[in-house]
Amino acid sequence: MTTTQPLRFIRRGQTVTLGNVPPTRTLLEVLREDLHGSGTKEGCGEGDCGACTVVLGAEEDGRLTYRAVNSCIRLAHSVDGMAVWTVEDLSDTDGTLHPAQEAMVQCHGSQCGFCTPGFVMSLFGMYQNHVAKGEAIDRKLAQEELSGNLCRCTGYRPILDAAQHMATLPAATVDEPSLLRKLQHLAQSTPAPEADSSYISPETLAALCEARAAHPEAQIVAGCTDVGLWITKMHMEFERVLDVTRAAELRRIEDGPTHLSFGAAVPLQDAYAALVADRPQLKSFAARFAGLPVRNSGTLGGNVANGSPIGDSMPLLIALGATVVLASIRGTRELPLEALYTGYRKNVMAADELLAFIRVPKAPSPAVELMKVYKISKRFDDDISAVCLALRLVLDGALVRSASIGVGGVAATPVRAVRTEAALTGQPWTVDTVRDAMAVLRGEFQPISDMRASSDYRREVLGNLLQRFWLESQGWQQVNLESLTLEAL
Amino acid sequence: MNAPEKVVMDGAAAVIPAAGVSRFHESARAQVAGAAHYIDDLPEVRGTLFAAPVMSNVAHGRLVGIDDTAARAMPGVRDIVYSRDVPGDKMLAAFAGDEPVFAIDTVQHVGQVVGLVVADTVMAARRAARKVKLDIEILPAILSVHEAHAAQSYVLPPVFVKRGDAARALSRAPHTLEGTLEIGGQEHFYLEGQVAYALPQEQNQWLVHSSTQHPGEVQHWVAHALGLHNHAVKVECRRMGGGFGGKETQAGHLAVWAAVAAHKLRCPVKLRFDRDDDFMVTGKRHPFAYKYTVGFDDNGLLSGLKLSMMANCGFSADLSGPVADRAVFHADNAYYLADVDIASYRCKTNTQSHTAFRGFGGPQGVIVIENILGDIARELGLDPLAVRRINLYDAAQPVGTPIDTSPEARNHTHYGMAVEDNILHPLLERLEASSAYQARRSAIALWNAKSPVIKRGIAITPVKFGISFTATLFNQAGALVHVYTDGSVQVNHGGTEMGQGLNTKVAQIVADELGVPFERVMATASDTSKIPNASATAASSGTDLNGRAAQYAARNVRDNLASFVCGLDGCGAGAIRFKGGQVISPVATRDFTDVVQRAYANRIQLWSDGFYRTPKIHYDKATLTGRPFYYFAYGAACSEVAIDMLTGESRVLAVDILHDVGTSINPAIDIGQIEGGFVQGMGWLTTEQLVWNEKGYLSTHAPSTYKIPATGDIPARFQVELWPEANREDNVFGSKAVGEPPFMLAISVYEALKEAIAAARGDGARVLLIAPATAENVLCAVMRPAGAD
Repeated sequence: MTTTQPLRFIRRGQTVTLGNVPPTRTLLEVLREDLHGSGTKEGCGEGDCGACTVVLGAEEDGRLTYRAVNSCIRLAHSVDGMAVWTVEDLSDTDGTLHPAQEAMVQCHGSQCGFCTPGFVMSLFGMYQNHVAKGEAIDRKLAQEELSGNLCRCTGYRPILDAAQHMATLPAATVDEPSLLRKLQHLAQSTPAPEADSSYISPETLAALCEARAAHPEAQIVAGCTDVGLWITKMHMEFERVLDVTRAAELRRIEDGPTHLSFGAAVPLQDAYAALVADRPQLKSFAARFAGLPVRNSGTLGGNVANGSPIGDSMPLLIALGATVVLASIRGTRELPLEALYTGYRKNVMAADELLAFIRVPKAPSPAVELMKVYKISKRFDDDISAVCLALRLVLDGALVRSASIGVGGVAATPVRAVRTEAALTGQPWTVDTVRDAMAVLRGEFQPISDMRASSDYRREVLGNLLQRFWLESQGWQQVNLESLTLEAL
Repeated sequence: MNAPEKVVMDGAAAVIPAAGVSRFHESARAQVAGAAHYIDDLPEVRGTLFAAPVMSNVAHGRLVGIDDTAARAMPGVRDIVYSRDVPGDKMLAAFAGDEPVFAIDTVQHVGQVVGLVVADTVMAARRAARKVKLDIEILPAILSVHEAHAAQSYVLPPVFVKRGDAARALSRAPHTLEGTLEIGGQEHFYLEGQVAYALPQEQNQWLVHSSTQHPGEVQHWVAHALGLHNHAVKVECRRMGGGFGGKETQAGHLAVWAAVAAHKLRCPVKLRFDRDDDFMVTGKRHPFAYKYTVGFDDNGLLSGLKLSMMANCGFSADLSGPVADRAVFHADNAYYLADVDIASYRCKTNTQSHTAFRGFGGPQGVIVIENILGDIARELGLDPLAVRRINLYDAAQPVGTPIDTSPEARNHTHYGMAVEDNILHPLLERLEASSAYQARRSAIALWNAKSPVIKRGIAITPVKFGISFTATLFNQAGALVHVYTDGSVQVNHGGTEMGQGLNTKVAQIVADELGVPFERVMATASDTSKIPNASATAASSGTDLNGRAAQYAARNVRDNLASFVCGLDGCGAGAIRFKGGQVISPVATRDFTDVVQRAYANRIQLWSDGFYRTPKIHYDKATLTGRPFYYFAYGAACSEVAIDMLTGESRVLAVDILHDVGTSINPAIDIGQIEGGFVQGMGWLTTEQLVWNEKGYLSTHAPSTYKIPATGDIPARFQVELWPEANREDNVFGSKAVGEPPFMLAISVYEALKEAIAAARGDGARVLLIAPATAENVLCAVMRPAGAD
């Protein structure tokens, strides 16, 4: 039986050290069962309700980052070397509440109180990332950053008020220099990794490839926002876990002249921020990808490698012409993203290979590129797509020089709509072309009927979304609820 | 900002009473600090074991055998408990007696609990539960309400309510409409899942911590299953992490299961459901299907209504009888139904046993008549608000005038109760103005004419909701008020705190009754050993019943103190006032604590019970007539929505609510109930879709697939106002119940969606919108061929 190395993190200014924590133990289990802290709640055990939200602090480029994450699906060992805040860690020793807490009291933001610790922690994350930096929190920002926290009692209005009220209360500060010193000390005092540990998190890509070759049976994890559910819901147990999130190369975003290159362990939140900076029209889509705690934990590489047919990154990346770089001790190879997949959650990666980078061509001049992504789900925010359609056309005057279309929710893998692309390429960008292409797109896939939508609806709406794309390309306003603007109501 | 602050001034000295002010929730500071304890947070007693359910994976079948060898061999597993291990009655002590504790010879739905694995850890129990192999011989399953009705598969006999002659009225009506309607169910999704912790005590006594709205019933069920008298079982609940009706009967199941396991293993057992198991095992809001024929004149005035309501009750009766009854009682909503013929079928299907859920059938009654009135208005080309308005019950007569009982008075419900307190005429008028309904309706029509893809709709719908348990006997409550010698006050009552602020309101009431500051009163956990035989905290009645009982208990203590002070000062008891922490007699003003200490020294009783029963109500279950409700709560909402004709996606853009809570005991808490109820109702009708597959498996069994509203779903404009008038009946502090009525205000969203769909169609055809109005259902309604039903 292999063992794990001690798990160490900073909480309330002190180093917490735990021995023999199994590789699949969740952070929530450690907090509630091992550390007897019952403040953090389990609402769903799958990262969808946010009751278990905690905030992680880490050093990145000499600065502290604060990320609200779901502790219920986060593996405990993944926070080794970080700072952890739970709802019990915010108030002063004299009982003075943190502004995130006091605002919730004053705005009547808690009723049954069970979701409250999670909301408080998301608010604490917002406090550190906005209020502490002198940035205002308006209602829209509050809605976006709290969309991963569910409340069944209040109807949210008082909680959104609380988010905006925090900044008016006496400030609370984190002693960042001291915490950074503690984190650095923790990093320096990390024992040398044991080769046979059951939780391996190498610090370089080379070491990662070696570990992968040595332990092809190990379960690879990144942010664990899906593998976490295999543990909590499917009750899977892994003898060994290989965590890719500590490999320095995989945590970087490189902004090159023609491409954005994403290390596979870049959190979704950061990856989408870079994509949105390049193509601002992706902003709403980025905000609709799960909730912030999932985007903070989950990685772009994890979303891609996992290859779910309803993962939202892949249709977008396919449309953008992204490639993936696979790495192993034998070297690297690069292939189009859609070529990664061979079937339902199956891919071309060899036993010793892992996903290292995702390379995304940058936007050309907006004059030649038409690019949009549409998502249909039952709930606007924090939901999985019934259908996701990403479209990118390069126009040459009135002609479609090239078409690149990624689709989710219609097949066993994320797919490229090659027939629809062919129906558009070289054609004039006119209503007739669009009408023909709509029919092709509706007929190109045989989606299943499931709890998210029927096959007929998925087909029908695919064509209709192409119609919406056409209308928007022609400058039509008010044809998309996402961008609906109305006179003051 | 909907959070009001109201300070009541009293004479020259500003004395702020506890009630009428937006006090913070009594647990708010603990909740935000993670210091409020729920059942799973209680320190575990040494030796505690953990349980997980073994569930049927078949909708209907004969349970032939169980192979649990593999499960028993797993690490940490202590035992597996089945029906044969139940020491008492193997049937639950439910009303209808039709549910086994654990499945016996047959399984009746996917998720039915067959047994319980008990292990050293939660995860060990859950892993092992999946390894238990059930040998089930599959039997035909009934999965839809229509199949059940066709097969006359009912959990309880049908109920018919008639007044006048609907058939004759229909034959004489200038216009008639026939239609059908399908309204989906709803998962409670309390954030704290179901949980119970059963602890054997000495001499075969039991302590059960249960997240329950009805500790008394949990006590009764556990005693019944263990073969004990009720006095041997004590059930405690400090708070729930949400209830919404889902912890009225359903909590009892978990408590019984945990207790049976604890009985067999002779150690404490905790059973906390995984969220997915919670979805699979417990009942939900009843899905309903309807068929109707309605007659009306050129103005949309209703004349006759024939209505069949088919409730999908699931596999057992549970609370389906009273739920379906309440749907019948609310099929009028706010409208006078002259000649009416309602049939209510309680259909038995092989699904979870559907149960109480905020509104308790009321929403399923209200939505059908609102749907009908919206359709009539569009059929006639009239403003739906105008059609709703002319059908309202007559306005309330001045207080004190004898009630006019003639049919012309249009003030008697179809079950024979006079509507004496109707305030909807002025209430609707005020909301119509404050929401600028008419101007916006015109603006929307112009906008829709020019907008090719996005269509908007606006609708105002009222609610009239009957307050009281329809089972008259439940309308009683008890409370205890203890005054300690330091002047601090503790109150305990038979109600339960599920987030609705009951304990806060009760403490406010007690504080004012004793004239002490709010902070001096502390409410404690619901406990069957303190208040026996308490009713469920349900039917919106928590404050009406327990608040009054606590007020009476406090009044008894106050009377004792007043008599004592009278003796000191030689004045009449009526001359003593309790205010601002002082006891004021014509002779002297004393500090409350000083009076308490002197009274104690003089052996005066400083604690008391209080008991309340709701007056005036009576109801004949055989003839379905009488006065089931003490009063009605009223309200109305104006909702505006937009839909996308290409995809069926929708957004709620603006909501204005005007709601009647009588004189508010705590405006912030009441507004919290209104907003929260509205948003929950909006979820029921828009995003929350329960999907059972062809094998009866609930495929939306987690928040990843079942979508309750999130922060982004609430409208940019969300205005809530309280109607400024006291309850016309004598109710505690002039207040009205608030828990359920606002839920039905969300029907305005459904009606606004239908308006938008009608605009999208533009063909004048009837709008048939299946609820919930998911994007797919909206697109279906937009694209449905005209004339197809």
